[in-house]
Amino acid sequence: MDGFKQYALFLTILLPFAGAMALIFFPREQKRAIRIFSAAVALVTGVISILVMALYNYGDGGFQMAKSIEWLSHPFNIAFAWGVDGLSAPMVLLTGIVFFTGVIVSWNIEHRPKDFFVLYFMMVSGVYGVFVATDLFFLFFFYELAVIPMYLLIGIWGSSTDFKTFIRTKEYGAMKLTLYLVAGSVLVWVGIFALFVVSSGAASPTFSIEGLRQLGVAGEFTTTFQHVIFPLFMIGFGVLAGLWPFHTWSPDGHVAAPTAVSMVHAGVLMKLGAYGVMRVGMTILPEGAHFWAPLLIGLGSVNVLYGAVSAMAQRDLKYVVGYSSVSHMGIVLIGLATLNSIGVAGAVLQMFSHGVMTALFFTIVGAVYDRAHIRDMTILNGLAKRMSMTTVFFVIVGLTSLGLPGLSGFVAELLVFIGVFRTYPALAILAVIAAAITAVYILRMLAMAFFGPPRDDDPHVTHLHDASPRELTAASILAGAIVFVGIYPAPFMHVINSGVKTLLTGMGVGS
Amino acid sequence: MTDNLHLLLPEFILASLAIVVFAVDLFVPASRKNLLGWLSIVGLLAIFAFTVPLLWGKNVELYGGLMRADAYALFFKGFFLLMGVAVILLSLGFVRKYLEHPGEYYGIILFSILGMNVMAASGELLTAYISLELLSFSLYILVSFALHNPKSNEAGIKYILIGAFSSAILLYGISLIYGVVHTTKFVDISAALTGAQGVSPALWIGLALVLVGLGFKLAAVPFHMWAPDVYEGAPLPVTAYLAVGSKAAAMALVLRLFSEAFLPAADQWRYIVAVLAAFTMVVGNVVAIAQKNLKRLLAYSSIGQVGYLLVGIAGLSTLSSNGIMLHMVGYAFTNLAAFGAIIAFYNVTGKDDVQDLSGMADRHPFVALAISAAFFSLAGLPFFAGFTTKFYLFASASKEGFIWLAGLAIFMSMVSLYYYLNVLKQMYITPAAEGEKSALKLSPLLVGTVAVLVLGTFWVGVYPQPLVNAVTAATRAILPIS
Repeated sequence: MDGFKQYALFLTILLPFAGAMALIFFPREQKRAIRIFSAAVALVTGVISILVMALYNYGDGGFQMAKSIEWLSHPFNIAFAWGVDGLSAPMVLLTGIVFFTGVIVSWNIEHRPKDFFVLYFMMVSGVYGVFVATDLFFLFFFYELAVIPMYLLIGIWGSSTDFKTFIRTKEYGAMKLTLYLVAGSVLVWVGIFALFVVSSGAASPTFSIEGLRQLGVAGEFTTTFQHVIFPLFMIGFGVLAGLWPFHTWSPDGHVAAPTAVSMVHAGVLMKLGAYGVMRVGMTILPEGAHFWAPLLIGLGSVNVLYGAVSAMAQRDLKYVVGYSSVSHMGIVLIGLATLNSIGVAGAVLQMFSHGVMTALFFTIVGAVYDRAHIRDMTILNGLAKRMSMTTVFFVIVGLTSLGLPGLSGFVAELLVFIGVFRTYPALAILAVIAAAITAVYILRMLAMAFFGPPRDDDPHVTHLHDASPRELTAASILAGAIVFVGIYPAPFMHVINSGVKTLLTGMGVGS
Repeated sequence: MTDNLHLLLPEFILASLAIVVFAVDLFVPASRKNLLGWLSIVGLLAIFAFTVPLLWGKNVELYGGLMRADAYALFFKGFFLLMGVAVILLSLGFVRKYLEHPGEYYGIILFSILGMNVMAASGELLTAYISLELLSFSLYILVSFALHNPKSNEAGIKYILIGAFSSAILLYGISLIYGVVHTTKFVDISAALTGAQGVSPALWIGLALVLVGLGFKLAAVPFHMWAPDVYEGAPLPVTAYLAVGSKAAAMALVLRLFSEAFLPAADQWRYIVAVLAAFTMVVGNVVAIAQKNLKRLLAYSSIGQVGYLLVGIAGLSTLSSNGIMLHMVGYAFTNLAAFGAIIAFYNVTGKDDVQDLSGMADRHPFVALAISAAFFSLAGLPFFAGFTTKFYLFASASKEGFIWLAGLAIFMSMVSLYYYLNVLKQMYITPAAEGEKSALKLSPLLVGTVAVLVLGTFWVGVYPQPLVNAVTAATRAILPIS
């Protein structure tokens, strides 16, 4: 068991990566073998992810299942080190769930399935890497790795959107997304260089995040330095979290992407951004975080409102979901910026909740699109009659999104709102208003696309039938997670609170 | 004085090998000329196996300081010899199909490697200059080797004119330096510069002219105009050789020159080199966006890469010297892999435009994969050499106060990702043109070589510590340990 504990996290990186390498040698025509192999790898990785969460001992707190291997010598002192704490354990679980359901949902890909799964696995390997790396260099290494396959995943298997007056091609969405994210990482690079400049002058240079935090405690990072460098991490990672005004890649990219990629991207990759702000920015540069928290909370509020209002104006189902992601990520950012234990814990839970929720959203929208080949709500009237089970799941996820008690979204958003209320009461009111707008666009979507009289005049919709058992299985897994967290959040909250406590104590904030 | 003559044996053997290749050429029937290539490969490997134990751990001056036998020279000799092997492996099929006089081709490549080896070992300006000329003259011939191709001829003329021009500038700079400090030895120049208060301005002009002359050889902006035309006109393997070999050799000289000779005057040139680096990165990467021909695209991208290397010169320190060598090795693996894949494609189709690659993912998945891997590495993405080496190089330059330049370099890497992704789009997304859908049958030798080179970029990217140890030893020979 001890051996497993030490290497479980490494396995989460290795299995998808090795799976991708192995898939390269599969013959292209063996589509069935490729799918079964992929599902098996995803299943094993998913089970390990669940075990990681289950085995995490929140009583002890701190980094667990950790190990460190020397990688590059002095003065870099980079180690390939991994470990989970209360902040990353839920993220590992989230990745496992979305990874596995993503494979199930991608079962029907007929066009070059081998290439698809190779790239998909590479991306997931990177995502796991970011969550479990405890060394800044490797965190960033995997962060970039997760971005590489995106262009091809969207460019080859994505879909273009016809806006009548112009067409948003999938290549456009893919390139926009890639360049935005890489532009964000340019800022992160510079931030890392700046940290290196200081740390390499210290007595014991290090790249471990904990080591860098200690340097900060020892006063190596001056106040001015922290004020200047923190925004690099905040905006650099923030781009991936959909931080306004750098969010525009998100709707275009997610809409253009194939279902499984939207699921992982909106569900998990955007969390990498928020996680980066927390794990790198707030942990290493606490003074900078305190200084810039008001701006982050301001931008986050704009996220919430702007995303919600934009979502209200969309006719394309996937664009509604895309903008709702922007809005919900705003809640995560606000929660982080409260810098109090309730708000930050809410943010982390919201990361998990929104991840599962968005994955379910995209599963359903993908199921509809695969059959109808359109996503225009004005044409898709009355889906409830033709796709009844699909509609059931959509109602669940819609209600989660608008924060119905008993589902995960409610718990997370409530915590964030309480946290904000303690620090910036005025903004809390704004955020609650935004939550009300969420109800408007979700109900509008439900009313237009799913309920109401079904149309009989459009060939796209007349012979629609319900989602396949496979898709419904994926949806059930995701919905199960939502309901579980909504009804019984305690096990999650214990783990998250232990991580938040360490984080905030390190930042000098009493909880 | 001739005590250590045996330390020059590798150079003597290499020169003999070239002559042997010329001689054997006379007796080999036209259909078996590939033998000459294999002879050169075996010879180079043998010389490599002989050189490493011979020079291991040595640190001596030869001929009163004309040349040095140190870890730095050894590192680059090994590098150039192995790179020569790779280049010849990539040339075999191409030479048989497109070029005449294979004997001369391989012989001249061997001579150019000799030039590079001496360049990396030279301990004073004139030896450096003469070896540089040996390299340059070999390259002039190689560039115009496609006898009946007007583009190749044009490229040869352009290259020789610019080359002669820049050599003249370099030589004038050397003479000015000699006029002021009365020596051409690197260590003595360094000593003269150490107390350089009130030195004649001629010294600074000389230094600037040397920088300009070497700037031409490196194709640093604004001295880069020749590069795209020459790269496009030259036969493909020669383009690969230019992009990797001649750049690395010029950089090897620049690094030793600036470390051993010019370092005491660092305050005078750091910012000039930084500006040069900035322009080189920006122009190379921005202009590359508009290129439709693969050779031109790689020409501009390699100009960008020179900019990255110059970042290390601007922030010169033991750490960034390591970074430069590390980046150079990674870049060599990467670029040779990219060129190898393109050569394999060209040998079968005779095409080298970006749009000709459409549908490559179906026509030959491995070539598409190799080009993607190489381009991701050039753009500095992880798991490939580029990420690790750029990180090392730019982090060290940041430490010397050039964090703005490092930031610009990373930003330009992002710009480069845009044009690399457009090539990937051709290969993976755009379907092949009508009549060009059939699977490609490429030479297994080339595919194997490219596979090894791609593995090399993985190696540098994932497990760089052994290489870091090697370059650290090399740096120790030219820079005082800080």
